[in-house]
Amino acid sequence: MLPYAMDTDLSSQDRKDLDKFIKFFALKTVQVIVQARLGEKICTRSSSSPTGSDWFNLAIKDIPEVTHEAKKALAGQLPAVGRSMCVEISLKTSEGDSMELEIWCLEMNEKCDKEIKVSYTVYNRLSLLLKSLLAITRVTPAYRLSRKQGHEYVILYRIYFGEVQLSGLGEGFQTVRVGTVGTPVGTITLSCAYRINLAFMSTRQFERTPPIMGIIIDHFVDRPYPSSSPMHPCNYRAGEDNGAVYPSVEDSQEVCTTSFSTSPPSQPAALGVGSADMGYPVLFAGGLNAAHPHQLLGPGKEGGVPPVPSQPAHGTQADQERMCTPLDGVHYSAATPSSSEDTETVSNSSEGKSGSPHDLLETIFIRKVGAFVNKPINQVTMANLDIPFAMFAPKNVELEDNDPMVNPPDSPETESPLQGSLHSEGSSGSSTGNTHDDFVMIDFKPAFSKDDILPMDLGTFYREFQNPPQLSSLSIDIGAQSMAEDLDSLPEKLAVHEKNVKEFDAFVETLQ
Amino acid sequence: MVGPGWTRRRAPPGAAPTMNCRAEVLEVSVEGRQVEEAMLAVLHTVLLHRSTGKFHYKKEGTYSIGTVGTQDVDCDFIDFAYVRVSSEELDRALRKAVGEFKDALRSSGSDGMGQISLEFYQKKKSRWPFSDECIPWELWTIKVNVVNLANEQERQICREKVGEKLCEKIINIVEVMNRHEYLPKMPTQSEVDNVFDTSLKDVQPYLYKISYQITDSLGTSVTTTMRRLIKDTLAL
Repeated sequence: MLPYAMDTDLSSQDRKDLDKFIKFFALKTVQVIVQARLGEKICTRSSSSPTGSDWFNLAIKDIPEVTHEAKKALAGQLPAVGRSMCVEISLKTSEGDSMELEIWCLEMNEKCDKEIKVSYTVYNRLSLLLKSLLAITRVTPAYRLSRKQGHEYVILYRIYFGEVQLSGLGEGFQTVRVGTVGTPVGTITLSCAYRINLAFMSTRQFERTPPIMGIIIDHFVDRPYPSSSPMHPCNYRAGEDNGAVYPSVEDSQEVCTTSFSTSPPSQPAALGVGSADMGYPVLFAGGLNAAHPHQLLGPGKEGGVPPVPSQPAHGTQADQERMCTPLDGVHYSAATPSSSEDTETVSNSSEGKSGSPHDLLETIFIRKVGAFVNKPINQVTMANLDIPFAMFAPKNVELEDNDPMVNPPDSPETESPLQGSLHSEGSSGSSTGNTHDDFVMIDFKPAFSKDDILPMDLGTFYREFQNPPQLSSLSIDIGAQSMAEDLDSLPEKLAVHEKNVKEFDAFVETLQ
Repeated sequence: MVGPGWTRRRAPPGAAPTMNCRAEVLEVSVEGRQVEEAMLAVLHTVLLHRSTGKFHYKKEGTYSIGTVGTQDVDCDFIDFAYVRVSSEELDRALRKAVGEFKDALRSSGSDGMGQISLEFYQKKKSRWPFSDECIPWELWTIKVNVVNLANEQERQICREKVGEKLCEKIINIVEVMNRHEYLPKMPTQSEVDNVFDTSLKDVQPYLYKISYQITDSLGTSVTTTMRRLIKDTLAL
């Protein structure tokens, strides 16, 4: 525990609560900042029933890698005087030049508010501060830059703990204060210093820095305050992740306050803190992750999507946007308050359930694989994934012998050029059953089709009637027949016309 | 502008709260088609800070709070994005109010000046035959000046400028929120409807009402109060 001045007035329960609040506030702060720089619009759902795992009553998703980095930087400590938690946002161009854009600082000063109630007022004010952070992260210049990232530059983040370093922001940087919350042990301040001199983008006066991805500048064997830590991208691209296994869940003993009391403080009746161990927040699958094989695995799994357990470990198919739900409804697991709460290590080895959540796929921040990419996903049970229209996604690689798209029903000899091209690829490869490199066949399962009226669905209908037989009137035989008839009747017609030659001549004369 | 101080937390029982309403004024100049988005951005940002999750009261004196979700909104006519509470009902209510304000502005003539106000209040039950009192504790006023632009280049500049101005407004709003000044005391179950709007199904803002005024060319103001449809207004 950190030594705080005059903390004898704070009860030990209050003190524990306060430390926990500050810790999770720091983690949520990092999540909000990094998510605001991912370049995508964030959307989480309100939920009227309390789940007990949404800290500060706000739906803020937890990206596991970000939590991991934050915990690594904090290394079990809390922000204190002279030891601030900082999130540095920088920009890196495709040429390798980089520039710091913002530093977000979570600081603590010595000004204490003894009168304030920890479990109630401090908690609510921290919630308000997080809302302010959500608002402010959208108004600094880096937000608009991050929304446009991707081609020419990317936005990176770095978390460090210790002294705030503002020198990289250039001259004339501005600061905006997000807010402060007084606590009995000090005042928490959240602020942002941001660069306003972005002129280098046009004059290209970059500061050449060495590549910063994946390199840890670690001059000290034992570094209590790391001066530098690896940068991480604010978006996700394959291969940049170092493949470390990130626990995707919080410690099982860390529950957030769920109950409040309107009665006077002499009856500390109903605080949920520490009394019941609810399941830890769990992230539910939001998208197919075949493009990012490194992010989820334990050892021994091959590339591609790891198998999803047939029984989802935590509850049923949840809404893609539902943030953190523990087990179904409000279901409390057996209360086993653990003493490991205070001895939590960075590696989080105490999490017994780290296996199965790894198999759950990542959240909406992962770019989804396109609908027509044929990947070996035999092992995935699609029904457990929360992608839209999961039922219609390719279930497995069907043998092409059975696929009517590849071996169409017999069609007449005259084929349109289009039909020819559709089938030429397929029929050549059907014997081997291998997929073609240049033409991908999928089982055509259109969305919204159901077997209600017709026994066949739209897809089957389409396939079967894609090669209709030719119209009989257009076939050559019948054409030939009518032509023969015409030829036969010609002499008769000519004879009739010759008889009326005089009439025709008179008619022609009237026209002249 | 901040009103003078007030009694903190609670007044002696039976006495009317002797507080003054905290008032903040923001001013923006926008083009006609930017009015809606600018107003929504400000109102949503204020309501983000003034909404909680739904309260669920349990045994006497205890309650738990639901979760508030948020989402990003991009503006079409302004280079700006803001965060709002994920509640379609709340969004609809604000859009309705802002839509009426915009229509009133438009029909008032080419001067295009007006203001829209968001007031947070508490209800104090009175005995019959008096109706309930509504005591405001925070008032946000946004003064709007609609400008007409001549060409596309000016419009593009206006997009960026208004975007920057709105960034400043958001910072102002957050600064006020951060002062942690008066907030109504958390109510008991019987009192919750006097403090919060419990009619929405997913979030719970403090009781609020939106009104607007249009200033016509003579400078006189035509007040139109639009009352939100709260079920309690039917009382008496």
